[in-house]
Amino acid sequence: MIIMEAKLFLRDPAGPIFAILLPLGLLLGLGSIPSFQEASAEMGGQRVIDTQLPGMMVILSVVTMALSALPAVLVAYRESGILRRLSTTPVPPVRLLIAQVVNNIGVAVLSTVLLIVLGHVTIGVPLPGSPLAFVGVFLLGTASLLGLGLLIAAVAPSVKSASGIGSLLMFPLLFVGGMWIPREMLPDLVRRIGDFLPLAPFAQALRDTWAGHAPQPLHLVVMAGTVLVTVVLAIRLFRWE
Amino acid sequence: MKVIEVNGLRKKYRDRFVVDGVSFSVEEGEIFGVLGPNGAGKSTTVECVAGLRVPDAGTVKVLGGLHRAEIKERLGVQLQSSAMPAKIKVWEAMELYASFYREPADWRALIERVGLAEKRNARYATLSGGQKQRLSIALALVGNPRVAILDELTTGLDPQARRDTWELIEQIRADGVTILLVTHFMEEAERLCDRLALIDAGRLVAVDSPDGLIARVRDSQRVTFRAPALFDTAPLADLPQVSGVRRDGARVEVTGSGELLLAVTTALAMAGVVPKDLRAEQATLDDAFLALTGKKIST
Repeated sequence: MIIMEAKLFLRDPAGPIFAILLPLGLLLGLGSIPSFQEASAEMGGQRVIDTQLPGMMVILSVVTMALSALPAVLVAYRESGILRRLSTTPVPPVRLLIAQVVNNIGVAVLSTVLLIVLGHVTIGVPLPGSPLAFVGVFLLGTASLLGLGLLIAAVAPSVKSASGIGSLLMFPLLFVGGMWIPREMLPDLVRRIGDFLPLAPFAQALRDTWAGHAPQPLHLVVMAGTVLVTVVLAIRLFRWE
Repeated sequence: MKVIEVNGLRKKYRDRFVVDGVSFSVEEGEIFGVLGPNGAGKSTTVECVAGLRVPDAGTVKVLGGLHRAEIKERLGVQLQSSAMPAKIKVWEAMELYASFYREPADWRALIERVGLAEKRNARYATLSGGQKQRLSIALALVGNPRVAILDELTTGLDPQARRDTWELIEQIRADGVTILLVTHFMEEAERLCDRLALIDAGRLVAVDSPDGLIARVRDSQRVTFRAPALFDTAPLADLPQVSGVRRDGARVEVTGSGELLLAVTTALAMAGVVPKDLRAEQATLDDAFLALTGKKIST
């Protein structure tokens, strides 16, 4: 089933390609701007391309898959009766959700590997300083966003409303996560609020581990909590028809 | 052997019972139809049988009372408004669904069987309505089921595709699969079903063979002919099968039941009368439904 869903996924490549190429293009494009390659006092002597830019691009890729691609596909499956058909077989329909989630994680991993490798080779983005912690944070953060995506799929009545809710959540989350303005430059209050939403801790923890530091426990707790809450809610609220 | 036993089934949506006390049983090897107008509760009834909905009251026993998970292994179900992903290919869908069952049928042979061999590499979205239905039937059979539930499977098909589908169903039954067929098409029910459950507004109206249901219509037969002006209709009216005789000039209309046509022609022959324009009409399931419920099934 996972393989089948992956095949179907590749036949409709607009979503994954967008999720892979947009962040990659942005990373390489913006990363070529000379001022982003110089140490900046506002960012504590770091260069923008050290952690801020690549970190945010990883997040952008994951967020696109989790909040826009995943819910749209699942709600479309419900709307068109694919889940209904599946419910008549001995296979629990939950497996379809799992297959979808696995595929989305696959795309996110692929995108992240490309970002790291190509970013490193072409514009000199440093490799993650604590690789193991980085992988751990990446998986936990991806899980938290996918959980949010599943929750959207659970409650959205139509494909249109699913993508609407997805974007509605995506942009504020990206903002407090430091997508457009580095978190260091955000007002204190905004930053504190962001600490308790799933995306900003993900971004911060990614950047911390990229720089070789340990992630902050609060951030890990918020991400793990998000996974727990969204998955439990999604399972309880998910409608098969 | 009874493969499906439904007893006092009730199912409520919001505050309304859409199925309100339905009982019937399906014998092994028969094509059993659930017939009624749109919204009568037919689909809800079979969804309860298939274990997709939990009844509010009553019992459903499938194959002697299997557990829900086991039912799905032995039951092939084709539901209304269910679909496959647009870009899945016919053979991929079959292979995928075959992998869901412990003892699947040979899906390659099934594709041939339902006449989709040429379409095996076609994507679902490119199939015609009839082809989608045939794939849907094949998917319902891929688990080697003992019982197949087919819900409104010819709705929206053109007459030729509908006839092809009927033939397919008869073949499947010939293989020993018991079929529970939901329909609101009289012609389909009359042609395919051994027995029918008539359902109206959530209630069971009658269970009988199509002929048996039609026979419940009073004066289900009508014979008309033209006779010479001198012909006396009195002997016809005395026949046990005849309930009424009307004469309108040369035209005679006899209504009644049973072997009416035979009785009338025999009587005419004895009287030495040669009828012209002899016609016999039989009541249809439509008439039966009208007689039993006081309303027509709209098709």
